[in-house]
Amino acid sequence: MRGILAIATALVLAAGSLLTAAPSHAQSKGEVVIGVQCDRTGPTQIVGTVLCPGFHDYIALVNSKGGVEGRQIKALEIDHEYKVPPAVESYERHKKDGAVTMAVYGTPQIYALAAKLTEDRIPGTSPGFGSAAAADGIRYPYIFPIAATYWSQGAAAVDFVKKQLGGSLKGKKIAFIFYDNPAGREPIEVLEDIAAREGFQLKTFAVPPPGVEMGAQVLDIAQRYKADFVIGHLFGGAPSVSIKEFKRVGYPLKKFVSFVWGAGEANIEGAGGFAVAEGYYVMQFAGVGPDYPVLNEIREMYKKQGKPAPKEMASTVFYNRGVLIAALHVEAIRNALKAKPDGKITGEDAKKGFEKISNFTLGGLVPPLKITPNDHEGGGLVQIWQVKDGKFVKVTDWYAAYQDVVAKHIKEAGAKK
Amino acid sequence: MIQRECGVLKTTYEADMGLYPLPIARWTVAAVAVLFFLVIPLTLHEYFLSVANLVWIAIIGALGLNILVGYTGQVSIGHGAFMSVGAYTAANLANRLGSPWPVNLLAGGLMAALIGAIVGIPSLRIKGLYLAIATLAGQLIIEWTINHVTFISGGVQASIEVARPRLGPLVLSSQREMYYFLLVFVVLAIVGTMNLMRTRVGRAFIAIRDHDIAAEIIGINIFRYKLLAFAISSFYAGVTGVLYTYFLGIANYEQFQIGVSIDYLAMIIIGGLGSVLGSIFGAIFVTLLPIVIRYSMEAFGGIFFAPQTVLNLIPNLRLMMFGALIIFFLIVEPEGLNRLWRNIRSYFRVWPFAY
Repeated sequence: MRGILAIATALVLAAGSLLTAAPSHAQSKGEVVIGVQCDRTGPTQIVGTVLCPGFHDYIALVNSKGGVEGRQIKALEIDHEYKVPPAVESYERHKKDGAVTMAVYGTPQIYALAAKLTEDRIPGTSPGFGSAAAADGIRYPYIFPIAATYWSQGAAAVDFVKKQLGGSLKGKKIAFIFYDNPAGREPIEVLEDIAAREGFQLKTFAVPPPGVEMGAQVLDIAQRYKADFVIGHLFGGAPSVSIKEFKRVGYPLKKFVSFVWGAGEANIEGAGGFAVAEGYYVMQFAGVGPDYPVLNEIREMYKKQGKPAPKEMASTVFYNRGVLIAALHVEAIRNALKAKPDGKITGEDAKKGFEKISNFTLGGLVPPLKITPNDHEGGGLVQIWQVKDGKFVKVTDWYAAYQDVVAKHIKEAGAKK
Repeated sequence: MIQRECGVLKTTYEADMGLYPLPIARWTVAAVAVLFFLVIPLTLHEYFLSVANLVWIAIIGALGLNILVGYTGQVSIGHGAFMSVGAYTAANLANRLGSPWPVNLLAGGLMAALIGAIVGIPSLRIKGLYLAIATLAGQLIIEWTINHVTFISGGVQASIEVARPRLGPLVLSSQREMYYFLLVFVVLAIVGTMNLMRTRVGRAFIAIRDHDIAAEIIGINIFRYKLLAFAISSFYAGVTGVLYTYFLGIANYEQFQIGVSIDYLAMIIIGGLGSVLGSIFGAIFVTLLPIVIRYSMEAFGGIFFAPQTVLNLIPNLRLMMFGALIIFFLIVEPEGLNRLWRNIRSYFRVWPFAY
């Protein structure tokens, strides 16, 4: 009996997979396909569960307004739990379904797919993660960071600190607290270069994975090293812990600036809410808050369908990033379709489409990127926001800093190989 | 695999020792070979071959772990780390010396074997869960080393790009080419493991697993064979790591973290400890099940829910179903899928005469 049950279960599963494994006809129906990878269940789910709905809502909005150049967009999503083998599988499936662009998610995943993307000539995006060296469009023709890399974020953070400390960093002490993995360590070389130029003292504090234990490091920063300012680069649940720990040792949070993955509402709520994190500075590569025209349009779209706006919209940081990624993909496809009047676009056309994106701001939600065949990062622009009175308040406009230092490192990384 | 044994009369020792003593078994193997070497790669879409490639990589790794855990009875949670040793050895050799892939493959395997034997030293004093913790420490130490020693990891990003393997003028890069490339090693690994278990070494492993004191009394050098088991198992892991590196074109330390070790343990436990076929079944099951579940969710999910909801439900339900099915299959047959397969086989052997 149990054996029969087991076999029956296997049969049902097999039948289901055969039903959908039949080739999809998305391309022939005139739809343009985007392959979306997502992590709704893995270690970075606090990002994925909000970012991915943002992506789909923007695509739905575009489609409800008649699509791009008359063509509908289809965003196929596969969740890979932040694991590499499922990411490979999902990439191949999206390729089979005719995807012309890939929204890859996760640093190990973009590394694992880099060779394939280049061989198959399909552009893949890695906004805010992945290798900073991928900004070099000549060396990595099919990888598009499309947002500030960790090198640009580091440079921008120092510039912000400099302004906060009165315009000069000479003799100041800056602490860099980071998640001890390759992505966490990546900005250090840029920070060290800038430290030598600006004459400040830089000390790095590693937080070992999974990043929930950092009492000693924080105490060291606050009471032994007595840092003038702290730059934080943590992931997952670690940013929340860092806020709590700095609060506990009495270090003022208005002397702390976090990189982009410690910058979401979820990170603040995890630390005990906005009241606890008052003063905390965060770096953003997409606009924050609900007041952008495109978000109003999405709310309108839901209203017309008679539905309430999705609850994910309340978590504006990651939701808006999803919208930003989707919008840049759509713009690339729009540029590609414009260049190809017959409408038969390939990954190569979409790549050229990405490289034509310039001054596309979506009412302020997207920085005025300028992506070129050489620069796939688009300028490395960020904004700094601050936790104030229960919400994020904008402190600076889009800016990039020490671009010569970042460019030097990109060049060196390219020469190494 | 599928075989019936009536009318078998063996007259020589060679015939008795044959890997497949029955003609029908040989025919089955030949048919399976034709299926996997010709029919599947020449008819299916590249996507399915990419899934097959992931399975091939998992099979080699699972076989290696089964030699250690299933056959020798030494628990290891360091398999992912041994894979990374192989991967980084090969990647460094390929980029620093420009050596060809067969050299790198062998070197990666041997280096992993060496490190594996060192990590296995505690097995001489401790057993069971204690050994598991010791190998866990090995995993974490290797992870830390690769993460922090830039001489090994090739820079703070800890990832080294590797050129595609070449076969004369042919560069193996598409999934179809990779399919053949990997399948050769899968066959070697399977035949190697099956034969290993028929040798003195293999029997010594099994004796150690069944009762190590008894094994020592009948003259098996426990010290040597336990370390040998770790070395051989790690050799397989190292080769897996090298193949994975060539498959992806990059060695990246985040691909070999502790979760990978756990996944491989899950494969051999679900498949069946101490059996070659079990390792294969387990690798297929763990790699394919999430994919199959997702496909069937996509087919049936749309009937019940709105598209946006389905997107959120699929990954979560998939995790739940994956866990539930593992429990289900283990309750149906605690000795793994291999035993389930043998039960089905023996049922049909006498069918329709059940008694």
